[in-house]
Amino acid sequence: MPFLPVFLWTDILIFLLLAVITAGILYLHNKPHLRAPWIMVMQRKRGVISVIILLSYVFIGVLDSLHFRLALAPQQDKQQHYSTEVLSVLDWLVTPIRTQVEKTYSAPFATRLFVKEMQVGQSGQLEYSYPRLRYSGQHLQSENEKWADVTKIIVNSTLQATLFTLLLISFYLLYKSFRYQRKPMAEIKRLLKGESEFPVRTFYLMVFLLSWLCLTLIMLSQHYHVMGTDKVGQSVLYQALKSIRTGLAIGTLTTLVMLPLAILLGISAGYFRGWIDDVIQYIYTTLNSIPGVLLIAAAVLMLQVYMNTHPENFATIAERADIRLLFLCLILGVTSWTGLCRILRGETLKLREAEYVLAARSLGVGSFKILHRHILPNLMHIVLITVVLDFSGLVLAEAVLSYVGVGVDPSMISWGNMINSARLEMAREPVVWWSLTAAFISMFILVLAANLFADVVRDAFDPRMQKAR
Amino acid sequence: MSTPVLLEVKGLKTWFSSKDRPFKAVDGIDFSIRQGETFALLGESGCGKSISALSILRLNPYPASNIVAGEIKLDGLDLLKLSEAEMERVRGRRVAMIFQEPQSSLNPVLTFGQQVGEVLRWHFTLSPQEIQQRSLKLLDAVGIPDPLRRLKEYPHQMSGGMKQRVMIAMALAGEPELLIADEPTTALDVTIQAQILDLLKQIQRDTGMAILLITHDLGVAAQMADQIAVMYAGQIVEKADRQTFFNHAQHPYAQKLFEALPSEQKRDQRLTVIKGSVPPLNQNFIGCRFAERCDFAWDHCHQHEPKWLATEQSGIRCHLYDPVVAISHSNASKALHTSHLSEVVPSKIHALDVRGLKVHFPIRKGIFQRQVGQVKAVDGVNLTLHNAETLALVGESGCGKTTVGKGILQLVRVTSGEVRFRGKVLNRLSQHELKPYRGQLQIIFQDPFSSMNPRMTVEQIIEEAISATRFRKDTVARSKYVDSLLQRVGLRADIRHRYPHEFSGGQRQRICIARALATEPEIIICDEPTSALDVSVQAQILNLLRDIQHEFGLSFLFITHNIGVVDYLAHRVAVMYLGRIVEQGSRQQVLDSPKHPYTQVLLAAVPEIGKQQLQVTVNGELPSPANPPEGCHFHQRCPRVMPICQKHYPPTTLLDDGHQVNCFLYEENENG
Repeated sequence: MPFLPVFLWTDILIFLLLAVITAGILYLHNKPHLRAPWIMVMQRKRGVISVIILLSYVFIGVLDSLHFRLALAPQQDKQQHYSTEVLSVLDWLVTPIRTQVEKTYSAPFATRLFVKEMQVGQSGQLEYSYPRLRYSGQHLQSENEKWADVTKIIVNSTLQATLFTLLLISFYLLYKSFRYQRKPMAEIKRLLKGESEFPVRTFYLMVFLLSWLCLTLIMLSQHYHVMGTDKVGQSVLYQALKSIRTGLAIGTLTTLVMLPLAILLGISAGYFRGWIDDVIQYIYTTLNSIPGVLLIAAAVLMLQVYMNTHPENFATIAERADIRLLFLCLILGVTSWTGLCRILRGETLKLREAEYVLAARSLGVGSFKILHRHILPNLMHIVLITVVLDFSGLVLAEAVLSYVGVGVDPSMISWGNMINSARLEMAREPVVWWSLTAAFISMFILVLAANLFADVVRDAFDPRMQKAR
Repeated sequence: MSTPVLLEVKGLKTWFSSKDRPFKAVDGIDFSIRQGETFALLGESGCGKSISALSILRLNPYPASNIVAGEIKLDGLDLLKLSEAEMERVRGRRVAMIFQEPQSSLNPVLTFGQQVGEVLRWHFTLSPQEIQQRSLKLLDAVGIPDPLRRLKEYPHQMSGGMKQRVMIAMALAGEPELLIADEPTTALDVTIQAQILDLLKQIQRDTGMAILLITHDLGVAAQMADQIAVMYAGQIVEKADRQTFFNHAQHPYAQKLFEALPSEQKRDQRLTVIKGSVPPLNQNFIGCRFAERCDFAWDHCHQHEPKWLATEQSGIRCHLYDPVVAISHSNASKALHTSHLSEVVPSKIHALDVRGLKVHFPIRKGIFQRQVGQVKAVDGVNLTLHNAETLALVGESGCGKTTVGKGILQLVRVTSGEVRFRGKVLNRLSQHELKPYRGQLQIIFQDPFSSMNPRMTVEQIIEEAISATRFRKDTVARSKYVDSLLQRVGLRADIRHRYPHEFSGGQRQRICIARALATEPEIIICDEPTSALDVSVQAQILNLLRDIQHEFGLSFLFITHNIGVVDYLAHRVAVMYLGRIVEQGSRQQVLDSPKHPYTQVLLAAVPEIGKQQLQVTVNGELPSPANPPEGCHFHQRCPRVMPICQKHYPPTTLLDDGHQVNCFLYEENENG
């Protein structure tokens, strides 16, 4: 076999989560009344935009979660050996920018290194100047042509993206006119006027922007370091792409840990009251009063000690880093369920006095049924909104924790580590701004999309809002 | 009339903007108010009354809504042309407003002194001493005892009625020429309502200000108003002085409103209902807005919008009264048809016996949750409900009537006493033993908006009731049963897949009734089932309740504060005061010759159309059930209090056949 698939713990959990979500979507497909709010999400422009952005992030994250080890060239003993380096499909796809490593810092689109070096000049004598980069702009005849070349590439990619989008639109129009037996011209008119149930125009605009971005980045990164390189000469664009999986894993897996605790404890505290309530309140008040960062630091350091004393358990660096990531998710989950739990308890206290719950009790419906049929569905919108908002909070928390030094493994590329390594260079003159900017932009877009999505979802799930709009 | 016009509203239109279909909440209303006059704006909810009032002060929700046309002239000054800064000098100073909910219209973190003082400081230049003086005078004027102490208190330290008085004091602080009262007494109990209405009248006499009263209650309008305008779907459909309006209302809508009011005289007939509901106001009306619901409507009504036909003092918007149009319409006078309904005769068999029911809620304090006292919400209630009988439980809010209902259903823990149903004492059964009896006792709640799970379809809601009590495996039979229930309560069966929020209040209440009927109960506890509804919808629900009582021989425990409903529906009446029943007897006994002083003042406080003048014979408000007064609970407010009342709680005295009263006045009679 040319490669050996590797299943890291977080990979398994991520695919499990994806499977659950897919099952959920299939389940929704047959329930028109449950599907309705989601359709409403997709009918709003903001919904479409945020979903497309989130999906593209998830797509990159999933590609980066398919890990494998490449086979090495056969040795004398005829046994197949595999590389100790764990790669992902994403790594493999973006191979040129992964392997084209410069010596050290270089600015975006630069053709020369950021620092001066002693080198042999054209005329043979030694000079102290900026050396040419090994990979960026090598195809150019002269460095002066650089911007003309970049412009040419962008124009080219724009044309291709436009062509792609137009092709897609025409397929869509043909399908529509065939399906509803309308004239293609009429369909075009409808599209231009925006006369459709879903914001099709916004959708195609997003398709255009995304395909433009992809094509431009792909074409430019063949010849340039689009976002520059970092201290060890690695492409910042590659780092930003790799960070996506780390961020998503922290955001989603932590939620997975936190949800069962928060929901179960929150609604039982609120519904049953009495000593159950007292115990649960006691637990979360205590947990809440311990500074979260201390708890996380202690747990992560303990794990670090364990990993250092048991190196035989981890075959590769990636596995070590992965265990640390998983552990970070667990500990973040344990410290962050209290907020949601508190909200759910309060809401349950309100709901248990609601007249429909009283009506159900007067009908003799059992406690468990009341909890799952009357209380839980009416809390789901809170859960959903908290989860999506927490997601962005957790992505940011990862950055902060890595910055402090108790976050993910230093060998794992993450936004936090990017920021952490970039912070020392902020004091430099001229400043090395691109590392921080790249981390900031990719994080900002994700968090903004998640927040917008949370907003739209909240509106769609609020029964009072459905009529108002 | 000699008194000059104070406020003149002409062609006022306030629309809620929307891209293509503006919601015309107020769509061209004209009226004028003279100095010192009370002008009542009457109508069902959603007719645009409140938005009209807010528009006068330019307080309509902005930017959601806009005043798109019209003029509002206050003493010749066009309010719509003023700048916002100039408007601030009008608000509170020349035109003041009081709102429905005193709870939410006072700032909970400021003392009354600060809130009243703020108005004074804004409109007059006064020294702090003068402000204090005037605040004291104002609180005194609105009948708040011990005003000096009250100035330093916060809203939560006072009861609802007192807060409404403070609201009035704040409104009076600017010495306005016009007071806009938006449903000022709707959130209050009848005895308090009578006090507040009396106060408003007295203030009007003293200061000569005009009042614009917004209400849905015909009784309140009859007590207060000089001029009355009826609003329907954003327009004024009839305007007249009180005498003319209450003696012969002309517009079909106004007539219907009167007919829909439940009362004793209509006991033997079904209440008239207005079919349908107020049309959505975001459409372009072609014909008369009421045509869809009108019994007299003919083709012309659907095609042409009626003109405003004004005479000197009154006006009407109806084709029936348009001499040009009405001639073409031959059968203008359709006979009013009333369908008769024979009285349900209750049997003598006891369906439910409640003996000495007590529900006490502990008050806990401190870190160890030590019990420091208890709220005696229900404190020894005896009730007997016969088969096929409607027993009305009447009382002010906070007297524990709802808790009685919940105690019977075992929805709250009963402290002591017994609820006996079919030979079993329900409150001694375990949850499991109780289960077979659950379906036999059902409840309909006050608020149809919160009594159904918003995330379940109508079908799921009703099926839950079916499956909770009996196991019906056959889905076809079950589905048919749901259909039959929905049809029984007057809904189409195809609504079953819709969610509660898609229905109006009346429709929701029907679904709740269907749910209650699903278990084939013997007893239904109706907890103010119509108090959240408009008069015309209330009539529909009352009709339905009477029909199902006829059909299934149900017993109702009807918890209400609406005496009109009691008069129309009840066989027997129990009056409750602070956790105990003070008088109990047949409807005629209790309502026609009330014995207990509390019942007497309660009935006297109900504003009715025929009544000349409200008698306010009771002061103060319901004491706290956590700390009930010594002796008879009512002695502090009782007009006929005796020394013995302050020491002992009066025992139950049996007067004539089944009429019981707890009062020392009658115990003596019996002894003597």
